[in-house]
Amino acid sequence: MADTGFIPKEKWGAFIEGLAAKAQVWVPCLDGDVVIFKPYSKDQTLCFERPANSPPKGVIFPQSDRLFSFTFNKDPENPQKVMVELDEKLDFPKTVVIGSRPCDAKGFLIYDRPYTETDTPDPYYKGRREQTTIVTMSCQSPSAGCFCTAVGGGPADREGSDVLVTELDSGYFIEAITEKGKEILQQSVAESGSSHEAEAQKKQDAVRSRVKDPIGANGKPEISPDLFESDEFWQEAVAKCVSCGACTYLCPTCYCFNITDEKTFDKGERIRSWDGCMYNHFTLETSGHNPRPTKYQRFKNRVGHKFVFYPEKYNGVIACCGCGRCIRYCPMSVDISEIVSNLQKQTGSASDGK
Amino acid sequence: MDIGLRRAAVAADRDRLYQADTQVRPAPFRQGGTTVSVDKLKQIITDVLKDVDVVIGYKQGFDPLHATPCFVTKPEQVDQIIWNPLCVQNLASFLPSLKKKVAVVVKGCDSRTIVQYMQEGLIDRSKVVVIGIPCTGVVSVKKILDKVKHESIEEVKFGEEGSITVKTPSGETKMALSEVAPDKCGTCLYPTPVVYDHLAGEPIVSTKDPQSVFKDVEEFDKKSLEEKKAYWEKEFDRCIRCYACRNACPMCVCQDSCIAESREPHWISQKSNLTEKTMFHMIHALHLAGRCVECGECERVCPMGIPVNKLKKKINSDMKALFGYEPGVKPEDKPPMFTFSVEEKNIEEHKL
Repeated sequence: MADTGFIPKEKWGAFIEGLAAKAQVWVPCLDGDVVIFKPYSKDQTLCFERPANSPPKGVIFPQSDRLFSFTFNKDPENPQKVMVELDEKLDFPKTVVIGSRPCDAKGFLIYDRPYTETDTPDPYYKGRREQTTIVTMSCQSPSAGCFCTAVGGGPADREGSDVLVTELDSGYFIEAITEKGKEILQQSVAESGSSHEAEAQKKQDAVRSRVKDPIGANGKPEISPDLFESDEFWQEAVAKCVSCGACTYLCPTCYCFNITDEKTFDKGERIRSWDGCMYNHFTLETSGHNPRPTKYQRFKNRVGHKFVFYPEKYNGVIACCGCGRCIRYCPMSVDISEIVSNLQKQTGSASDGK
Repeated sequence: MDIGLRRAAVAADRDRLYQADTQVRPAPFRQGGTTVSVDKLKQIITDVLKDVDVVIGYKQGFDPLHATPCFVTKPEQVDQIIWNPLCVQNLASFLPSLKKKVAVVVKGCDSRTIVQYMQEGLIDRSKVVVIGIPCTGVVSVKKILDKVKHESIEEVKFGEEGSITVKTPSGETKMALSEVAPDKCGTCLYPTPVVYDHLAGEPIVSTKDPQSVFKDVEEFDKKSLEEKKAYWEKEFDRCIRCYACRNACPMCVCQDSCIAESREPHWISQKSNLTEKTMFHMIHALHLAGRCVECGECERVCPMGIPVNKLKKKINSDMKALFGYEPGVKPEDKPPMFTFSVEEKNIEEHKL
C-alpha cells in the first residue's frame, strides 16, 4: 500500500479540525455516558476508545429526512382551484465521518445495493453518499457482543471505508483505500507512513484473533430452510423479546423506512423516517389485516432479511456486519448470533432450551 | 395557595404517610448477604413445572456479565437456571401477554408489578405461580461497563462480602456491589417480594430509610424551571424513539396502540425532533401516574442512557403526597386514577 501516512498524536486534533474547515465532519462524541456521532465542534468531548452506541448511519440515511415541503395555495380569483407548491432541496454538503468502525462502514455497502445500484436510485441517499467520505478507525479491542469475523468482516476490514486509521502508540497510521481517501491523505497528512506499516499490521492482526465467532461457519453460515420455516423454533428463540425497535434503530445495516405527510391545514412536509420490522405496525395494512401479527414472525423477518433474503438477492452477501449492538443494547439480551448459530443445525431439535 | 407553601404541605403529608408506613412494616430483619440458594430455586422450579406450562427464570446470557430470561418448559432445562445480581430484568412483564399457566421468578421490586396487575385486573392470579427471591440488590450493567472502560468481559466473580470482580483483557477490576447497584436498590423498601407462592430463601426486611425514597426527586425539584428544562432537553435530544422504554415497561399496556405511532389520530409526528421526543416521554410518564411500580426497566433498557425513571419517580412522589398511594404494594388497593372521590383530602378545589 503506497497510499499511507502518519499523524503524530499531538497533531490528531489539528487533522480533524483541518477536515472540519472544508467539510461537515461527524465524530463520535461523549454525551452523558453514551457515545454518539455529532457534527464536530471544539466544545465536544471526542471518544474514539470504544464503538459509538449508535452507528453513523444517520449521516447518510437520517432518522427523519424531509424529502420536500408542500403548500396548498388557493387561487384568489377562483377559490375552488388549489395549486400545490413543492419545495425540494437536493444539494448536500461535503461530509466526512471520522471514527466509524469497519462494521459501521460495511453497513453503508449494504445500503448501496438497494439504494444506488438499481435502475431507480434513491436521490436523497445517493446524494449524501456521494458527498460523504468515511474515515474508519480500526478496532483496538472487541466490545461485548461483537462478532464481525463470524459474518465475514474483521476489526480492520477496509471494505466500505475510504480511509482506514489504526491507532499506534505514538500516533495514527493512515491508509487511503479509495480515491476519496487519497484526496484526504494528500490534503491533510504530511508525514509518510511507510515506517509504521509493520506496527499497524501487527496491531490489526492481534485484535482479529480476539473477536469471538459464536456462529462458527467461517463467515458463511448456511441457514437450514426447515428450521427457518419452523414456527416452534422462532416462538422459542424469541419468547423473551419485548418487540421494541432498539435492535433495528441501532443496526448499521437496517434500512427500512416509512413515509408520512406531516401537515397542518395548508402546508406540510413529506418525511421519510426509519421504520423497524420489530414493530407491530410495520406490516399493518390499511384494511386492518397484519400478515405478521406476532413478535416471533417479526423477529423471523429481521433475521431472515439479514441472513436469507438479502443474500439470496445479492450474491450471498450477508446483511449483518456483526457490530453486536443489537445484542449489547437489547433489553432482554436476545442474541442474534446464537439464533443464527442454532438455525444452521441440520439435525437436532430447535428446543434445546437455547 | 402559594406554590412554595403547597410544596411544603405536600412534603409534610408525605412524611406523615411514611411515618404510618414504618409503623405497619414488620420489625424483624436480616442484614448482609443473600439467603437465596440456587439449588432451592431449581428445586422449586422443578416442582412447580408439573403444574404450569412455562416457568420464567434467568439463565446466563451472551457474555459473563449478562443474564437473560429463560423460558423453562421441560425438566431438563431447569439446570440452566441461575440467580445472582446480574439477574436484572423484570420477568413479571411477560405475564399479561402469556395466555397460559405461568410461574415466574420475581425479585422484591418486580413483585410489585404482579400486585399492580392484580389491582388493574390485567392477570388472572389463579394462573400465575409466583416464585419469590429475597433480593439483596442487583447490578447496573451500564455502571460496571463504565468502570471497565467498555471492554469485552471474560469472567465475572462474586465475593462473599458483597463484591463483584470483572475480568477484561486489561485485567481484573473488583467493585463493591453497592457501588455498581442501580439507584433503585439504594432506596429499596421491598427486598422480599410483596406477593409470592414460593420463596427461594429467608425473607429479608429493608434497612433503608423510607424517608429517603424520594430524596433524589426532592433534590432535583430544587432546580429552577430553566435548569430543569435545559436538563431534559439535553437528555431527550439523544432519544432515538426506539421505544425500548415503552416495550420493557410492565405497565405500558397500550403497546401496539401507542399514541407515539398511531396514524389515526396522528398525535405525534415522525419527525425526529426535540418536541416530538419530549411529547412521547411526557405522555409515557403521565400514563404511568399512580401505576409505575418503579422497577426501573425503562431507564435500564435505554440504549441512549436517558434517565427516564426520574420522571416517573417524580409523579409517584406526587401521587403518594396527594392520594397516599404507593403502586403495587397491596393487592386490594385501587389505583387513584381508576377511581373518583367527590372530595379529595389533599387536593384543594378551585375556589369559584
